[in-house]
Amino acid sequence: MTGLDVLAPGPLATVQDLGRPGNAGIGVGVSGAADRGSLRLANRLVGNDEDAACVEVTFGGFVARAQGPLTVAVTGAPCPVTVAGRGAAPDSVLRVPAGAEIRLGAPPRGLRSYLAVRGGLAPAAVLGSRSTDLLSGLGPQLLREGDVLPVGPAPARFPVVDGAPGRPIAEAEATLRVVTGPRDDWFTSRALQTLLTEPYIVTSECDRVGARLDGPELARAGVGELPSEGMVPGALQVPPSGKPTLFLADHPVTGGYPVIAVVVASDVDAAAQLRPGTRVRFVRARTSHPATPRSGAVWPSANRSAPSSSGRPS
Amino acid sequence: MDTTTLRVLPCGDTALLVEAAGLDDVLALHAALDADRPAGVVDLVPAARTLLLRFDPGRTDAAAVERAVREAKPVAVARSDGELLEIPVVYDGPDLADVAHHTGLSERDVIAEHTGHDWTVAFGGFAPGFGYLTGGSPRLEVPRRAESRTRVPTGAVALAGTFSGVYPRSSPGGWQLIGHTDLVTWDVDRDPPALLRPGVRVRFVAVEPGQPADSRTARTAGGDA
Repeated sequence: MTGLDVLAPGPLATVQDLGRPGNAGIGVGVSGAADRGSLRLANRLVGNDEDAACVEVTFGGFVARAQGPLTVAVTGAPCPVTVAGRGAAPDSVLRVPAGAEIRLGAPPRGLRSYLAVRGGLAPAAVLGSRSTDLLSGLGPQLLREGDVLPVGPAPARFPVVDGAPGRPIAEAEATLRVVTGPRDDWFTSRALQTLLTEPYIVTSECDRVGARLDGPELARAGVGELPSEGMVPGALQVPPSGKPTLFLADHPVTGGYPVIAVVVASDVDAAAQLRPGTRVRFVRARTSHPATPRSGAVWPSANRSAPSSSGRPS
Repeated sequence: MDTTTLRVLPCGDTALLVEAAGLDDVLALHAALDADRPAGVVDLVPAARTLLLRFDPGRTDAAAVERAVREAKPVAVARSDGELLEIPVVYDGPDLADVAHHTGLSERDVIAEHTGHDWTVAFGGFAPGFGYLTGGSPRLEVPRRAESRTRVPTGAVALAGTFSGVYPRSSPGGWQLIGHTDLVTWDVDRDPPALLRPGVRVRFVAVEPGQPADSRTARTAGGDA
């Protein structure tokens, strides 16, 4: 078994795969790559299963040495990559000779880059996943200089393309689509209007758990306490300060502040690339299922067999 | 419970939040959907009044998941059916006197109430291995502490609202601490890692500090224990 010697982790580097779903009952969140699409792409490029473990590198600065010849790919935030001192392209299949160094510099835009190694990283799994969950403390430790990451056996299939374009990463401003609710009725109608028209700025309080946003306060319609309820990545949870927190991969399983809107799943990856100072706008997602919770059933369905939207006591 | 009257709320485009009348309805619905998991539902997150269903949009959609919820046949969860876990507790918590004050009981009566009723793990969520215990003594309802502690030690046995719980590891926390246990309720290297899983019944047993370790080891027993 070959491996990767970590020479420098940069500001924050962790091992991530697609997480450990299905453990909410014992208080364990899904975790996994913050930008799942970029992790999947990196794995596909090197011929791995999509859920193989990679290094999630936050804001570059990661340096490692290949113990043996390795095939790797770097996706996500487009950081400058060098292999054995020579520039290498992101989103492409890279050959790293035994003993050579691979370096990821600071990305000009975006926040998180993914380094996949053919065979997948193979530190010990916890509850079926090699992801580091920063909130619950599960999974491998944060990567440090001197760590050795074992690499698993190469899969049977080989890389089929030399490169594949990654998703474009926003620079100064990003637009994220949201579905309003589930607790939009806890807020004034003006608060919802504000969320959908005014820009918010990503603050420096921004990690794998979530990003605190600065911008106009979102006022509640009344007082009261919400019993804790299940949370999802992309949830815009609004604490008493009125400034929303955008939850990411390591969000708490449950939370006690109301969620005014949730970023659609296909935009959560983009949300995970927002760096402090980025301006973000929220727009209502076009959906074939208009959300009308107060009328009863949320998702009209022409062929519904169960009694539903009409005739329910309000 | 009439599932056609449940409030079903969108939670992004890959989850639904179902709001029930109360915890018993949540648990009944959870049990029904967990036993007969609708296709494409990847995680069920029960809480005090809600059940969150996360689904894989490649395998199902919101309309189908909502339909499965409305067609579910919830059955009241019999609280006497679960595995019984005895948890030895030294009742020396720093908030024991405050709990006595809040409840109008003596400290001795607080201990008697806590040990005299079996509790059931309703749901998790605060931290890995933390179970919200319900169904114990109604006389032990207390508010959370006015100020949270930045560090609650591993094994602290606590009360808040109508719930009791055991802190699986050191963490911040705002519950009223009435004692501690040496029982390791969470260990990722054990199968199962969490002793306090939804449905498990819990009986707290008062022990003296320094009581020999073997008698403080939890026993598990079958359903009719």
